[in-house]
Amino acid sequence: MNNFTNLTRMRIQLALRNKMFFFFSVIFPLGMFFIYAGIFAKGDPQKVSYFLGPVIALNVMGSFWGLSATLVMFREQGILRRFHVTPVSATDMLASSLLANYALTLPTVFVELAFARLVFHVPNLGNLLSLAVLVTVGTVSFGSLGLVVASVTNTMQETQVLNQLIWLPLIFLSGATLPMGYLPKVAQGFAVFLPATYLVSGLQNALYSSFSVWQLSIQIFSLACWALLTFFVAAQLFRWEPEAKIPRNAKLWAAATALPFLLLGIWENGNGKILNQAQNAYHSLDRPSSPSQDKK
Amino acid sequence: MANSILQVENLVKRYGDVEAVRGVSFNVEEGEVFGLLGPNGAGKTTTVEILEGLRTPDGGRVSVCGFDPQRDSDALKHEIGAALQSTSLPDKLRVMEALRLFASFYKRRRNPEELLKRFGLEEKRNAFYSQLSGGQKQRLALAMALVNDPKVLFFDEPTAGLDPQVRREIYDIIEELRREKKTILMTTHYIEEAERLCDRVAIVDHGKVIALGSPRELKAHSGGTTRIEVRLAKPESDGALKRLEGVADAREVDGAYVIHSNRPPQTIVSIVKHLEAQGNELVSLEIASPSLEDVFIEMTGRRLRD
Repeated sequence: MNNFTNLTRMRIQLALRNKMFFFFSVIFPLGMFFIYAGIFAKGDPQKVSYFLGPVIALNVMGSFWGLSATLVMFREQGILRRFHVTPVSATDMLASSLLANYALTLPTVFVELAFARLVFHVPNLGNLLSLAVLVTVGTVSFGSLGLVVASVTNTMQETQVLNQLIWLPLIFLSGATLPMGYLPKVAQGFAVFLPATYLVSGLQNALYSSFSVWQLSIQIFSLACWALLTFFVAAQLFRWEPEAKIPRNAKLWAAATALPFLLLGIWENGNGKILNQAQNAYHSLDRPSSPSQDKK
Repeated sequence: MANSILQVENLVKRYGDVEAVRGVSFNVEEGEVFGLLGPNGAGKTTTVEILEGLRTPDGGRVSVCGFDPQRDSDALKHEIGAALQSTSLPDKLRVMEALRLFASFYKRRRNPEELLKRFGLEEKRNAFYSQLSGGQKQRLALAMALVNDPKVLFFDEPTAGLDPQVRREIYDIIEELRREKKTILMTTHYIEEAERLCDRVAIVDHGKVIALGSPRELKAHSGGTTRIEVRLAKPESDGALKRLEGVADAREVDGAYVIHSNRPPQTIVSIVKHLEAQGNELVSLEIASPSLEDVFIEMTGRRLRD
């Protein structure tokens, strides 16, 4: 526990001293926020509220990018080897990465919420408990995905290629950039296989439609299971040494992380609850009187 | 010998088809500085990393402080300190933070302030790791190996890549630890390092220990002779050189002739006479007291240097 706490503190300190971190974790998400709120929503409080979920989802999902890159860099430079000769365990190392990342993601989320409320006058921020729970499971699960990426790639270049491959469907097919209701049916059918879709849908429903934790149980439960599974896989595949080979069954393990959402996706394709919710929220934007304006 | 703090018996390690360590055995006693001397790729680092619990052996038996590095890795890690090869710290970690952080991992710890002072890093306490010179980084690495007041220290090539002046600084530090009776296992491919710092040396080549003993014993074993190294204008058969006065051994190594002599003045005179008779010429001549390098050459016919 002690090692875990001290490593977490180190990771936070290091991130705060890193200019790249400020760009990717503070400037970039806030830039996205202003593009969504100012350009897409044209400053309309109802639309800003609609887009707030996707913006926060992007911020939360971005975790995997930084975590994978840092871990690979630590391994390539032989930093992990130095920790390997100490009593520090792989779980200490991985869990501290996740907690530090969580602590560093929260302030940006708060700033986004504060801007939405104070600058764009969004009347209410929906269900705050649902929001808190989803930000937590989202950051932990996508952070763990980053740790898996770090373990199945050998060099920084490979890591960045894999990150790009994951990132593109994550942002374009999840409703994070293009609203789900706007996507063609085929793409929607594919989207329900992606964890990102559940995070975007959950956050949007929490912020825009004030859904309770109970109403979001599918999203929350699936992401939580996925978080546990990916973290477990990351711990199985973790390598301290730069020259250590990727275990032969690594691809199998990595593929296993897709399993929960494969099953859920099949179910959702039949029942379509998530997609209907997204559809309703999207169409409510065109209606002159929407739930959030009623309350005024 | 049963109570040796560090025991290695018939250690084997393979990487794919390559046998990096082929049956290495040695013991290290408490309070001793033990050196593994050999060229790059001889299997020294692999051996040390198995003892540290970083790698899994394919055969043989090792024990460190009474622990099996494979099975009792957690307990072992509290008892050892290591300065590894090809390692580093995060660029933006400060010197003092690194010492405090690493000290926090152990049950038994030494005062980081004291280590900072002892390794001459006081002025650099708030410097980022990336701002340190090569020598300062190495001093920090040695200081970090001591944060848990370990029973056994592992120094893997502690002076590789450092310039001669910095190397001497590191020697001073290791000599001080030797006076304090710390148990140290170090690897090196520098002869002077092994001769100066180690109580006993195992010469390693191609994954095997080819000679073991104190530097003095090893040199005495190689005849205790003076070494004369000559370069000639034309090739010469070593058979002829062997028959010259006072010559114990002569052989060609990398285009030069290394001659070991019991009576150097007589040998030199006879070399010159012999060459004159052959119509050959001396290009250069070097005389040195015997070193561990000669032991290595004698055993392998190659030089230790790359």
